[in-house]
Amino acid sequence: MAGTAVRGRLTWQTATVGPVTDETPHVRTLSLSVPDWSGHRAGQHVDVRLTAEDGYQAEREYSIASAPGEPLAITVERLDDGEVSPYLTEEAQSGDQFEVRGPVGGYFVWEPDTGGPLLLAAGGSGVVPLRAILRHRARTRSAVPVKLLYSSRSWEDVIYSSELDLPADGVEVIYTLTRHQPRAWKGYARRVDEQMLAEVAWPAGQGPLAYVCGPTSFVESVAAGLVGLGYPAGRVKTERFGATGR
Amino acid sequence: MDDAAVDDFAVDGNAIAGLLASVFGAEMTTAVGTCGSCGAVTVVAELPVYLTEIGTVVRCRSCYSVLMVFVSVRGMTCVDLMGLASLS
Repeated sequence: MAGTAVRGRLTWQTATVGPVTDETPHVRTLSLSVPDWSGHRAGQHVDVRLTAEDGYQAEREYSIASAPGEPLAITVERLDDGEVSPYLTEEAQSGDQFEVRGPVGGYFVWEPDTGGPLLLAAGGSGVVPLRAILRHRARTRSAVPVKLLYSSRSWEDVIYSSELDLPADGVEVIYTLTRHQPRAWKGYARRVDEQMLAEVAWPAGQGPLAYVCGPTSFVESVAAGLVGLGYPAGRVKTERFGATGR
Repeated sequence: MDDAAVDDFAVDGNAIAGLLASVFGAEMTTAVGTCGSCGAVTVVAELPVYLTEIGTVVRCRSCYSVLMVFVSVRGMTCVDLMGLASLS
């Protein structure tokens, strides 16, 4: 097919690391200061490029963790065989610099006038863009009702737990812990399945909009389950990040 | 979203939003691609994508044909769109 006209260029810019927050033993949030950052939408990504002393470069794309209007932040899970995430989660300190470009992506984004009710489904660090959506909803005083179904291996692996423990009005957070549960845990303790979705998800008759993000197998299973419950495929937005890191 | 070809190692078109924007000069994950083999019409964000050491391969969700290949060498990105009937 024919080529497409070139309109503008994404350019690499220097980002300076600001405050760093350890979310779990394997996950860290980095605030980034980018002087010419153009702003972003909830759910968009940013590309990160690291350059080694010998000139070797590695690039990865990360979901933006902060809402539009907040300082740029990314939340990164350490992948043991990763080229970029070990640096970001273990070595990067306030004041360090690397390159970013963005924001990028326009599919997995939510704006208040996109509506709802919203079903947000997260597997592991798939919660990151959904957190940006939740914060955007709060900052814009949207009244769209939200349910967040969040699947983690254990309570220690729950990212943003202190923030999610105090959800905004109209937001309900439902956890499932698939591998280890605290004593006296009364929540779900298995992978998300159709039965769980039938109990948790807004009925299809309410015209819900779903955002599903996580490992590919999680997203495929949840999206198929929602379609099975009557959600039109076009109302189920998905984002897959491959096999789980650990 | 109805097809079984996608394996656990595939990411999706969302993951190459930056690569696509750098190649095409525009946001492309909301664009719609038509498979040149089976005619399936899919939003780019939903296409299975394989990130390899050699390059990036985008496949059809329905028939798994290769739709797009991107290979970067010394700052140049070579693009093969031969598997697509259209992208708009």
